Amino acid sequence: MVYMEEKEQKLVQVNAMGDPCPIPVVKTKQAIRGLTEPGRVAVLVDNEIAVQNLTKMAVQKGYPVTSGQVREREYRVIMRISSEHLERQMPGERMPAAMPAPDECKCSPDGAGTVVVISSEQMGGGSEELGKILMKSFLFALSKQEVLPETVLFYNGGAKMTCEGSPVLEDLQELAEQGVEILTCGTCLDFYGLKDKLRVGGVTNMYAIAEKMTRAGRLVRP
Amino acid sequence: MDEEKIQFCRGGGCTAKLGAGVLARILEKLPRGPVDERLLVGYDSRDDAAVYQLSEELAIVQTLDFFPPMVADPYVFGQVAAANALSDVYAMGGEVRTALNIVCFPEQMDLNVLGAILQGGSEKVIEAGGILAGGHSIADTEVKYGLSVTGTVHPARIYPNNGGKPGDCLILTKRLGVGIICTADRVGEASGEAMAEAIASMTTLNQAASRISRSYTVHACTDITGYGFLGHLHEMLDGRLRCKIDAGRVPVFQEALAYADEFLLTAAGQRNRNFVGGGVVFQNVPFAMEEVLFDPQTSGGLLFAVPEEQAEAFVRELREAGLPAAEVGKITGMRGEVQTVSEEEIDGRLPEIVVEGQV
Repeated sequence: MVYMEEKEQKLVQVNAMGDPCPIPVVKTKQAIRGLTEPGRVAVLVDNEIAVQNLTKMAVQKGYPVTSGQVREREYRVIMRISSEHLERQMPGERMPAAMPAPDECKCSPDGAGTVVVISSEQMGGGSEELGKILMKSFLFALSKQEVLPETVLFYNGGAKMTCEGSPVLEDLQELAEQGVEILTCGTCLDFYGLKDKLRVGGVTNMYAIAEKMTRAGRLVRP
Repeated sequence: MDEEKIQFCRGGGCTAKLGAGVLARILEKLPRGPVDERLLVGYDSRDDAAVYQLSEELAIVQTLDFFPPMVADPYVFGQVAAANALSDVYAMGGEVRTALNIVCFPEQMDLNVLGAILQGGSEKVIEAGGILAGGHSIADTEVKYGLSVTGTVHPARIYPNNGGKPGDCLILTKRLGVGIICTADRVGEASGEAMAEAIASMTTLNQAASRISRSYTVHACTDITGYGFLGHLHEMLDGRLRCKIDAGRVPVFQEALAYADEFLLTAAGQRNRNFVGGGVVFQNVPFAMEEVLFDPQTSGGLLFAVPEEQAEAFVRELREAGLPAAEVGKITGMRGEVQTVSEEEIDGRLPEIVVEGQV
């Protein structure tokens, strides 16, 4: 069962506050080289130019990246390093610097801290049929946004959206590939008997859901 | 650390320059005073130096430049800072006459270091045929050095930086990438050979290139410094012109491309990208080459716009003088001009600068 093995992805913090370019990039590369398992690297810097230089590196390397301003003169850049990325950076196998295709540049400049909550299969009250159409088109539109959220949470009726038979699996897959955290409530999967049907993202619990929602910079509930 | 070496600052050389966008907003608001027709080139034109006409046959060229170290060796730093400051006179088509030292130096630091910096600077002024006539020094927390330079030029033979014409060929006289190489060196990732090449380039005066150019019709000339190749090219195009650059012909340091692939990039390079990137369309240009084209240069080469029929002979003569010069592109037309052939139209607009890579 997927969600029983669920664990938080490793998060490595890099403090590059006060460091002139290219030191933030150098420190980040060291942190990524030090990873022994897939994880996230969060880099703190004190200026936007450093954010842009880190983002360029992430885009070139193919790491999904988000960034946001934490407070005045403090920015956080988060890169997600997958196991494929780790394999690719084996010694002597440096990635060629390919041009990013335009649609690979969907790194969000300021979507960090945004959490989208999907609590139903429908969007809005009224007609159930219309509500389902709206939700489908909302999640499609969300996956095409220039600025992506950090996390999308699914619970209660929303839990069905991440499972087999959902009409939006492809869109959610696309979000996940772009580094958006997709999490579904484990209790809800249990309740609907869907625990073997989860097809995208991870499983989470109410403690994590409460934490994500209370800490969100912006909470979006369609 | 070797006691003869100097501490790097947060960003040395021309990477320490303020961003062009920020500066333009401040300069716009300054009071101008009465107009003097004898000021032939002032800061209305964003040119490399000011030119003031003294007589029908004589104008003076005034410029100054100083910055923190971009190399650890104080003698080399002095040479580079001086070559960089002198370059503005050459970009105007002038000759160097006098120079004054500008020095910021920490009180507690070994004065031999200052001696080495001034030695390097003085040698370059002499090489330029100028006289080092004095200077001014103040105590500061960080080392900074440069020159205030006075040159002369015939008023009819001033090189504007924005006088290019459609059809002109663009010629660059030095390799690009010294900013990235110095940055890589700062974090211990540059090879000794790469640094030696970069230093040789930065300490080369633009005098020879400027003198050779006088036998040709120069429509525009500028030196490539802090705003990088594309930033200075953008200024040359003056909002009027469009151009096409052939990335494969642009002289670059191969090591700079390798270090750009390692993301050893400056903040100033990214500021340059933010400033002019919107007007640039890259076609099949590798990421590293893009970065080198935005890389701030310290004591970079001259960029000329000359009539097409003179380009080949001009480049040949520059190369015979030992310079890595190349024709790098063409001014293709005016901006906003209706095109009969729409090959350059991208997403319905005509970009200011098209940089083509290998197809």
